Amino acid sequence: MTTTTPATPSESVLTKKDFASNQDVRWCPGCGDYAILKAVQGLMPDLGLPREDIVFISGIGCSSRFPYYMNTYGFHTIHGRAPAIASGLKIARPDLSVWVVTGDGDGLSIGGNHLLHALRRNMNINILLFNNQIYGLTKGQYSPTSEIGKKTKSTPEGSVDRPVNPLSFALGANATFIGRGVDVEIKELQALMKQAYDHQGGSFVEILQNCHVFNDGAFSSVTNRATKSDNQLKLTHGEPLLFGDNKGITISNDCMPHIVDVGDGANQTPLKDIVVHNEQGNTTYAFMLSQMRHPDFPVPLGVLHRQDIPSYDALIQEKSHAQRDVDLQKLFTAGSTWTVS
Amino acid sequence: MVQAGHQLMETGSQNTETQFVDHVIIRFAGDSGDGIQLTGGELTKLAAESGNDISTFPDYPAEIRAPAGSLAGVSGFQLHFSSYSIHTPGDAPSVLVAMNPAALRTNLKDLTIGGVLVLNSGTFTDANLKKAGYETNPQDDNSLKDYRVLSVDISKMTSQTLTDSQLSNKEKLRCKNFFALGLILWAYGKDLDRQIETINKKFATRQLLADANIAVLKAGYHFGETTEIFSVVQEVKPAPLDPGIYRNVTGNEALCLGLITAGQLAKKNLFLGAYPITPASDILHILANHRDMGVTTFQAEDEIAAISAAIGAAFGGAIAITSSSGPGIALKGEAIGLATIVELPLVIINVQRGGPSTGLPTKTEQSDLLQAMYGRNGECPIPIIASKTPSDNFKTAIDAVRIAIKYMTPIMILSDGYLANGTEPWRIPDSKKLQPINVTHRTDPENFLPYQRNTETLARDWAIPGTPGLEHRIGGLEKDALTGNVSYDPQNHEAMCRTRAEKITRIQQDMGAVDFSGDETGDLLLIGWGGTYGALFQATQKLRKQGHRVSHLHVRYINPLHPDLGKIMSKFKNRLVCELNLGQLSVLLRNETLLSMDGYNKVQGHPFSINELCTEAEKYLKA
Repeated sequence: MTTTTPATPSESVLTKKDFASNQDVRWCPGCGDYAILKAVQGLMPDLGLPREDIVFISGIGCSSRFPYYMNTYGFHTIHGRAPAIASGLKIARPDLSVWVVTGDGDGLSIGGNHLLHALRRNMNINILLFNNQIYGLTKGQYSPTSEIGKKTKSTPEGSVDRPVNPLSFALGANATFIGRGVDVEIKELQALMKQAYDHQGGSFVEILQNCHVFNDGAFSSVTNRATKSDNQLKLTHGEPLLFGDNKGITISNDCMPHIVDVGDGANQTPLKDIVVHNEQGNTTYAFMLSQMRHPDFPVPLGVLHRQDIPSYDALIQEKSHAQRDVDLQKLFTAGSTWTVS
Repeated sequence: MVQAGHQLMETGSQNTETQFVDHVIIRFAGDSGDGIQLTGGELTKLAAESGNDISTFPDYPAEIRAPAGSLAGVSGFQLHFSSYSIHTPGDAPSVLVAMNPAALRTNLKDLTIGGVLVLNSGTFTDANLKKAGYETNPQDDNSLKDYRVLSVDISKMTSQTLTDSQLSNKEKLRCKNFFALGLILWAYGKDLDRQIETINKKFATRQLLADANIAVLKAGYHFGETTEIFSVVQEVKPAPLDPGIYRNVTGNEALCLGLITAGQLAKKNLFLGAYPITPASDILHILANHRDMGVTTFQAEDEIAAISAAIGAAFGGAIAITSSSGPGIALKGEAIGLATIVELPLVIINVQRGGPSTGLPTKTEQSDLLQAMYGRNGECPIPIIASKTPSDNFKTAIDAVRIAIKYMTPIMILSDGYLANGTEPWRIPDSKKLQPINVTHRTDPENFLPYQRNTETLARDWAIPGTPGLEHRIGGLEKDALTGNVSYDPQNHEAMCRTRAEKITRIQQDMGAVDFSGDETGDLLLIGWGGTYGALFQATQKLRKQGHRVSHLHVRYINPLHPDLGKIMSKFKNRLVCELNLGQLSVLLRNETLLSMDGYNKVQGHPFSINELCTEAEKYLKA
């Protein structure tokens, strides 16, 4: 080629607005999904990709309407199967940036199997799981992440199921990038999603999302201005696990986390003994973090775990030697043939 | 020609004569670990390479290794080779090689009276006889008097041949199938040297095993020669096949060759999403070996993920395929609906087996026809195309890809266990003469509407991610007829349902002529579809030779049906729809033509025999 291709406008001057589709957003007013949509649309220009190279794929549920509102390629599929559809697309088209938007019901109930396998294969896709601990689209049944004793339309006397912990599940599946954000903390969420995007492998981000119609305030301890500093544990790679008013986390010999007062006084723990967060630490540590829950512990936010290994699609690319115009006749006559004259 | 009850153990006749016969049907039967399929496969190759027309039917149990000597563990392989054109593996074997009492017990009923029965007498121990349910040894109690019995202690002879071999005793015994093969090669005048060559090639990395197998093969061959156990050597002359280069193919092989070819004709990558299931797994195995031809295979976590991944690949612009059998197709139903409403090309392969539920996994049946038609929620029509012979799968695969792309639709191929595992000679086409498959991805953003349609085919544009200016969203919710945006408008929904149906109907313009043989009018029209083609075709020929006014109509397109079917069917006094199910095509044909018709139906896990079809047909011809 002797001429240089001029940069398309889409490459140079994309803004948040360029990523909003012309469709009216139809979530309930006040839904946490609006904030997440805003965060994602705001993040997109930072990826430096043209719109046509980005694909959002979803399953079924409130969160799964997401692709309709993104001015990229999008596919609103069937209940629970988004990770499988995204996997097929990524294998066929490794050049695309593929995002999956799912919820606690879609991703962990009907689609739990596909989530497990997409993560353990380390498919280079970004999975955003909006966790509101309730079924919203079907109007308020308990979900696989609802707490024990949850009273809903389908559990009038309170549920008896033990909930699944999305981050522990992802760790169990050997996911190579695991993080958690909150719908209303857009800047932190964007930073987390950017890290997820930069990770060359499968990334899993749980987003705590408020459903104010069917499960209002499920995460208020984490989002209330008054209490959040005591209830959030913000994870920063290389920094000690500190939160609230001079509080920190230590780990005892039995791998249990403990909340301590940080300082040099009596009954206090010196800063040097506080655990320093390592994203690339072992999975036992990450699992311990994933199990820290309100009200016993602050809720960890940020990147819990990251591991750099080759992704499925990269390994498949290496193995395939796709050629064009290969010799069909040679294929036909492979093995024993005979001639009838 | 044969003497009943004649024990063929005497030696002494001086010269063995060669007698020419026009066809032979041989069945090998033994434990599933006896190498029966291998032996059958080797003889098939030799017969085909010597110019015979061939057709085979492997019949194996669902258990991988049922207990040795048990009835449940018997595996069989039937080969029909001939000097004329044949279309089935034959009704009844004229030669049965039974490697143990259980194999004898389960297969003897099929052997023609006066047929040759080769028994491995070394396995007829009290314990094995008991396992097979024999109270007395059938070799001694006169119960085999109607057959020409040849009892040979194949086990012992194999061990003796290999006395000096360094193989373990267990490995030595495993060579015994080659003794049986050697014996049969001699009896049917097949080329020993060619087989030796094949063994050397096959076991090139294990010379010890190659030597042992060759020694045992020769021992069997020479045993036949010196003992002259067959009074005449029967030879089958080459069949008058059309000139060309041939190879053997199973239905699954032909299907894969067709799919790879379609990918090349379309200049596209092929993506297969599959989950292992009998009898479709070979499609995954075969395609996995052809990465160099632009094929990517993905063994998914389940059937749903397999089709879902394929749909994702289709969205990305690949030629997407998912292969399975009935139970897997049931799981894929919702995703087939998705592919239908988003209108992406996708080839769904159903290699049918006996059902319902797990049913008869290794046996053949045609009972998924109505599942293919109606097994989804909503108004969800998809084209369905049925293969008729193992090698026909090649053309079927190419046709299916062509239609899927041209009409932007999922399409189902109905194959079956009999076609998938059966073999026949395939006349290798000239790849340069195959018609290219035209694929156009829209690139023009001007006036782009994702659901605007081609006026001839009603297909929408295939606009793939990565194309600037065509960013759009598709999904399982009903779409606006032009923009593809979510629409709950009642009139729009009905219009879309009718349009999707009309699009499938328009495939009639690509069908060509009906598959028909015989006169246009007559007393009886035999109607079939899929893998029963060979039996129906030959039954029709046989009846016509006897002077009956019989014709044969074979339905290739199950949906949409060929527009001429009603006109053709109406010209016969009687119509008999023959199916390996309880009458599923009949439902569609009655509905379409409003004509009366009878059904001949069988669900025993086995294909039709020519004789049973003739017998049934005669009921309509006597009146």
